[in-house]
Amino acid sequence: MQRNSEIVILNISYNLHIELVARIITRKKRHEVIGMGKKEMIAMLLAGGQGSRLGVLTSDVAKPAVAFGGKYRIIDFPLSNCINSGIDTVGVLTQYQPLRLNTHIGIGIPWDLDRNNGGVTVLPPYEKSDNAEWYTGTANAIYQNIKYIEGYDPDYVLILSGDHIYKMDYEAMLDLHKQNQASVTIAAMPVPMEEASRFGIVVTDENGKINEFEEKPAKPKSNLASMGIYIFSWPVLRDALITMKDQNGCDFGKHIIPYCHENGERIFAYEFNGYWKDVGTLGSYWEANMELIDLIPEFNLYEEFWKIYTKQNQIEPQYIASTASVKKSITGAGNEIYGRVENSVLGAGVVIEEGASVVDSIIMKNTVIKKGAQVEKSIIAEDCEIGENAKIGFGESAESKLNASVYAFDLAVIGENSTIPANVTVGKNTAISGVTTEEDFPQGKLESGGFIIKEGEES
Amino acid sequence: MKALGIILAGGNSSRMGNLSDKRAISAMPVGGSYRGIDFALSNMTNSHIQTVAVLSQYNARSLNEHLASSKWWNFGRKQGGLFVFTPTVTTDNSWWYRGTADAMWQNIDFLKKCHEPYVIIASGDGIYKIDFNDVLDYHIRKQSDITVVCAKMPESDDISRFGVVKMDSDGLVTSFEEKPMMARSNIVSTGVYVIRRRSLIELLEQCNQEGRYNFVTDILIRYKGMKKIYGYMHDSYWSNIASVESYYNTNMDFLNPEIRDFFFRKGSKIYSKSFDLPPAKFNAPADVKDSLVASGCIINSKVEHSVLFKNVFIGNNSVVKNSIILPNVYIGDNVRVENCIVETHETLMSDTEYIGENGIKIVVESKSRYGI
Repeated sequence: MQRNSEIVILNISYNLHIELVARIITRKKRHEVIGMGKKEMIAMLLAGGQGSRLGVLTSDVAKPAVAFGGKYRIIDFPLSNCINSGIDTVGVLTQYQPLRLNTHIGIGIPWDLDRNNGGVTVLPPYEKSDNAEWYTGTANAIYQNIKYIEGYDPDYVLILSGDHIYKMDYEAMLDLHKQNQASVTIAAMPVPMEEASRFGIVVTDENGKINEFEEKPAKPKSNLASMGIYIFSWPVLRDALITMKDQNGCDFGKHIIPYCHENGERIFAYEFNGYWKDVGTLGSYWEANMELIDLIPEFNLYEEFWKIYTKQNQIEPQYIASTASVKKSITGAGNEIYGRVENSVLGAGVVIEEGASVVDSIIMKNTVIKKGAQVEKSIIAEDCEIGENAKIGFGESAESKLNASVYAFDLAVIGENSTIPANVTVGKNTAISGVTTEEDFPQGKLESGGFIIKEGEES
Repeated sequence: MKALGIILAGGNSSRMGNLSDKRAISAMPVGGSYRGIDFALSNMTNSHIQTVAVLSQYNARSLNEHLASSKWWNFGRKQGGLFVFTPTVTTDNSWWYRGTADAMWQNIDFLKKCHEPYVIIASGDGIYKIDFNDVLDYHIRKQSDITVVCAKMPESDDISRFGVVKMDSDGLVTSFEEKPMMARSNIVSTGVYVIRRRSLIELLEQCNQEGRYNFVTDILIRYKGMKKIYGYMHDSYWSNIASVESYYNTNMDFLNPEIRDFFFRKGSKIYSKSFDLPPAKFNAPADVKDSLVASGCIINSKVEHSVLFKNVFIGNNSVVKNSIILPNVYIGDNVRVENCIVETHETLMSDTEYIGENGIKIVVESKSRYGI
């Protein structure tokens, strides 16, 4: 009796031991899988950058959260592309000023990315037991989230950035990736040969296999520019990330792709011929908005196919008063327009009072243009107030004293939550941020090229 | 909130003309971006009512589509939810809803299963904002059996299609006449009632045994002497869209800045299903005055004193005046539309004219768009 029970206990412990070992082995094999469902491909969306070339527009928000096209934010385009391409698992890597981005994304309802398994997850940098570091580079950000990726045990990982305006079917790109039995596929678009030296250029053979990379070459051998959109076979990317983990500021273009290339991985180009716009500078941002106004815009938001989704807080119709004149413009929900609007893009909840005029400008949501104010070729961010009879964007052109490479294109740029007092004149290539008063405008004027940046003010 | 909500959205009315051929009145588009029922639903969600049943019957497709997801109104939670009940055949009942009381009686299991002590009954065709907490507080304070929310109508309005209420200085209802030939007061019932859930169940069961099916005539009016019925005066905007004229006027009311402020900006919000449409686009020939324009519209012509719902396209050299253009309408070139309500998905071919000469013309052409 005594012996028997001992054997039973031994047996139990032996079985338990076997089971534990088996469990540890499976865990090791599956790289500590935390999620449940396997996904064929997941997307990692890099949204942590400041986008400093957008000047005061990004002083309080990350570039992917900047408004675009009257109701969208830049990140809506890659997010909508994901869901339209059938990708339902998206990790969004945030770092710089993430509040607006976080509230915009929420749990992903507008993009149908609120899922029981997968969906959208915001991934900020975090503290580890042995160190705590920011995301030091694009690839480093992915490296720090290897566990998130492994939770879905994907075969492929799509790397996106949150600062381009385009509609793209990532599934077609994945099909090509599989067809080529590629390790890496890079989306690339043809650019005019004379501009090719501004881009990262890929040189391909007749099958689309990339043989050579040239970063901003003086004499480009091809006009296919990399768009910063990559599909990696996950084991290849994982290996590269881990090998390069100590690389300072580990970056896809600078480190990971060259590493894969050196290792003889099969790297292919996916040629994209649709509309694609990098809205990285104030000039290109303004231009891309203005292009939406064309009679039949190249980038058409009015097509039923491939809809762009966004978090929509305002659904009311807009009111165009008897005193108003609105031409060649797109204007958002809930606006109250009593003045003149021409060749402009207006966000939601904007008020243009009687006698005010807005021409060639971008006005973001909830901004009020008071009576008689005149706005020309300006970008005015969210929740601003332009005082009565103020003139924005008037005067002779002059180089910016703040940063000539950022504030160019003859644009007047006003950051969010700014106030401009009545009766002042603001010139071209100017930058204003914060609540300004008449004292900030000597002789009621901010000359072209000038700036008023009120820092550290909390409203 | 100690109440559950019931929205009576089954109705159709001959007063709506062709407009209700396609849908129940509560699914009619209102105010440029909404549908009738959004106001009742938003009022309920803003009053923190968690459980809402919508009873619908007549041409419910459009309404069901609108209510397919409850997230727009913040329902669909673990506690409570939004339920749409259409008549179903059971072993002991194969009737349609024979009246408002019958509609509730047929769903009496739902009423019994709920735990909220009160029920707020509303109709789906009222355009208003109300905090039901105030009504419930009043109901409890007055120790009322049934509270009827009332609104004062302008003397000029035709109120023969409403229930007309007279009450004493304390608010106790002394007379209630349904659709009287001669109204003796200009205070009408808004079709919003508060009642204790147990009491509603009792009344419904009794009514059903007696073969009575209408909440207003068979419960409110019949029990007027036996039950304490109080009127609660609703003093902000209220309008009912159940006739062509009032539907037209209600929409035109939104051109008034005070009414827009009241509904769009002040206090609680009205929610509706979102369609992810691009902003409205005004091309060079656009000349829009005193009009509401919803998202997704593309305008190339003159528009005056009109309400354009979502996704309306207007071609060149056309004129739209004093009209309501419902969603997804295509208007070609050289078209004149005056004093009209243009039904959804209509296509108005180029070089045509639609003019309401004596009153409002309802434009239903049902032309295929693919011919253009």
